[in-house]
Amino acid sequence: MKSRSLYIGAILCIVVVFGALISFVWTPFDITLMDIPNKLQTPSAVHWFGTDHFGRDIFSMIMIGARTSLAVALVAVGIGMGIGVPLGLWAAARTGGWTDEIIMRSNDLIFAFPSLVIAILITAVFGASAVNAIIAIGIFNIPVFARLTRGSALSLWEREFILAARVSGKNAIRVSVEHILPNVMNLLIVQGTIQFSLGILAEAGLSYVGLGAQPPVPSWGRMLADAQTMVSLAPHLALIPGFAIVISVLGLNLLGDGLRDLFDPRIRVERT
Amino acid sequence: MIRYVLKRTLSLVISLAVASVVIFLVIEVAPGDPAAFMLGLNAQPDTVAALRTELGLDMSNPERYLAWVGGMLTGDFGTSYTYRTPVGEMIADRLWVSLPLALYALALSTLIAFPAGIYAAARRGKPGDMAVMGATQLGVAVPNFWFAMMLVLILSINLRWFSAGGFPGWEVGIFPAMKALTLPAIALALPQAAILARVMRSSLIDILGEDFMRTARAKGLTRRQALWRHGVRNALIPVLTIMGLQFSFLLAGGIIIEQVFFLPGLGRLIFQAISARDLIVVESVVMLLVFSVVLVNFLVDLTYAAVDPRLRNRT
Repeated sequence: MKSRSLYIGAILCIVVVFGALISFVWTPFDITLMDIPNKLQTPSAVHWFGTDHFGRDIFSMIMIGARTSLAVALVAVGIGMGIGVPLGLWAAARTGGWTDEIIMRSNDLIFAFPSLVIAILITAVFGASAVNAIIAIGIFNIPVFARLTRGSALSLWEREFILAARVSGKNAIRVSVEHILPNVMNLLIVQGTIQFSLGILAEAGLSYVGLGAQPPVPSWGRMLADAQTMVSLAPHLALIPGFAIVISVLGLNLLGDGLRDLFDPRIRVERT
Repeated sequence: MIRYVLKRTLSLVISLAVASVVIFLVIEVAPGDPAAFMLGLNAQPDTVAALRTELGLDMSNPERYLAWVGGMLTGDFGTSYTYRTPVGEMIADRLWVSLPLALYALALSTLIAFPAGIYAAARRGKPGDMAVMGATQLGVAVPNFWFAMMLVLILSINLRWFSAGGFPGWEVGIFPAMKALTLPAIALALPQAAILARVMRSSLIDILGEDFMRTARAKGLTRRQALWRHGVRNALIPVLTIMGLQFSFLLAGGIIIEQVFFLPGLGRLIFQAISARDLIVVESVVMLLVFSVVLVNFLVDLTYAAVDPRLRNRT
């Protein structure tokens, strides 16, 4: 069961990543060229996913859109981990102290701002762009990783092997980096896949309302926004980008589930 | 208990105060002068200056912050730069759409998630459980605004059961108004229901493994009796936390769904305000959303402490 979700998830993710990577060197059609006579075509042998209202090939747009989605979500996870994990490690090492208190309270504060609200604030001030979407989603990811890291690091600090490391003269930073971090890594990877999939959903939502990637950069959310007025005329315009999002998110979630089972033998035993 | 309530109230007030400073500072660094923006390129400098005075833009930043926060505490949210109407009234009007939508969605999500989660937990590992878990896996992967578009495509355009968007207002009666909110509420609720069902299932599975459940069975209760009397009740604690978090998500998530259905809620208000650079409206709506998130979590915490005395001593 669990290896099945790992495999299905991995395959779906590979398909999406592969499509995004190939789009750097090749797409079936050039999406910057308009081909009005061939607009709104349904899927065919020439245009596998049909064409949009400008006659652009949707398959090519989906490939390039994957790039936007993956890049935004990946960098946002990077921001969340890059800032959240050190903060969490630090808070756990200084537990009960004022640094811990300040770190955790500021995390609570960020938690009070849903990522959409952060994005609205940022775009109200700096304008809409993919970079601002990354920042908004990234900020939202920080407390997620900080809390997770602190929570699991706290219980590790009570363990004997950490005490042994302390006794051998290692300071809190070395203990955190050399002993705590490797032990929370699995959890972080699993959470990373979940935040990655949430990032894809958030990016799509932000682009849909015009707060994310701006034209001409293709993004799945923007494609859906464009499709909205034509949904009765050409349903495939709305169906295909939506399926692309569902497949990526489903793939990442299954991969995350599979990895969790793989990393945590306790759960594996309990389930079988 | 009193000490716990006081402590939580203090931290609620501090959170709100810090959040208001953050929101104010972010909006303040916004480039451009709202007065100049409103009057257009050909405005005379003295006209702009007069409007700046009228809008209170010539005060120092700390003065403006205090005026904003002080105003909000007395229910005065300031005046919209573009509409020249009180922001408080605009928000109140829009809340009549956004709040019922969020509550409707929360109710739907609970109605779907509870039976699904309990059913799956009771049939753990069997085909019924697998089916529910597969459906929830799909449910969390579907973007709610896309799901909304699909609902419009099928139920409005093809079957013509619902209108594709718009809101007739509560004046025309509860039924037509609720009908207009039904598709948006379903779209908002379903992905949330998927998450809630998973939480309900795993929480209930944990409880079913507890000793007191075995005791309940040993006392002669049937599986079903033990499940409902002791299992579901105890499993509700983590489920309630998630519901608290979800309510604020539904309120904020409604912003996007309102765009799909052209609903005149807070979402449309905030996007119109962003494009018109009506920053006082953006500021106030964001503050209101953050306030609702913090307040709901505060209430959830207090409810817990009332239900479970052990939690009072933590943090």
